[in-house]
Amino acid sequence: MRFDTKTEERLRIVSVQDPRIDAAVAIEFKDAMRVETDSGPDLVILDLSNVEFIDSSGLGAIVAAMKNMGQARKLALAGLTPNVERVFTLTRMDSVFNVFPTLQGALDELGS
Amino acid sequence: MVESSKSQNAALPPFEVHVESGKCAAREALDKFLEELRPLNLDIEEAGTIELVLAEVLNNIVEHAYAPASDGGPIAIRCEQTPDGLFVLIKDRGTAMPDGKLPLGDLAPLDAELDDLPEGGFGWFLIQHLARDVTYTRVDNENHLKMRLAVRLS
Repeated sequence: MRFDTKTEERLRIVSVQDPRIDAAVAIEFKDAMRVETDSGPDLVILDLSNVEFIDSSGLGAIVAAMKNMGQARKLALAGLTPNVERVFTLTRMDSVFNVFPTLQGALDELGS
Repeated sequence: MVESSKSQNAALPPFEVHVESGKCAAREALDKFLEELRPLNLDIEEAGTIELVLAEVLNNIVEHAYAPASDGGPIAIRCEQTPDGLFVLIKDRGTAMPDGKLPLGDLAPLDAELDDLPEGGFGWFLIQHLARDVTYTRVDNENHLKMRLAVRLS
């Protein structure tokens, strides 16, 4: 699971570089996210703009990553492609996360 | 023009995809399956729906029907195009469904505290939501899951 990470003053951007977050890589994704979010800013934006496919295992891994960060810190999602967005909408998980159509939109709203 | 309308209307011949259960079985089967569907020129949403439903079915077979301790086994997917959509039959030789029935596929409540948010249980919900006429039967020592995917209706 390849991430491209950029840390700014108040937030960290984690851009997923793999096109799929599915059952084959869900555990790997969870572990890699733990490394990226265990320390650093309280706000993490997960940039999913390169991800074309996610299944329920991938969705569960993103939920687990948010839970790992605890109550005091926030995980926002940005750049959902159509098929990824649909999984979040259908399962109503879009109501649990702060979801932004683009990374720039997330940065504008959450402040960089 | 003639070419494209012809390819839209011509029914795809029935086909089968076979893989061995394992960590990458779902990816392998989906690659093969979507390749077979290429003549249909499905749009990104139709192809995405099919990929998602089959991924959930395949993950379920790999993770539950063939328990991690077992040696795995074969998975076969048969597909037939009809005017009502794609009829798909997925077969495996793993453990039967609990109680011999399809899971209900209800979503867990999301108004929970952070720590109680569900990390799983979305799979059958997605299958039941995106596929039509889903039925399960145990035939001899095989699980047979049938469904209709409502794409390219005529």
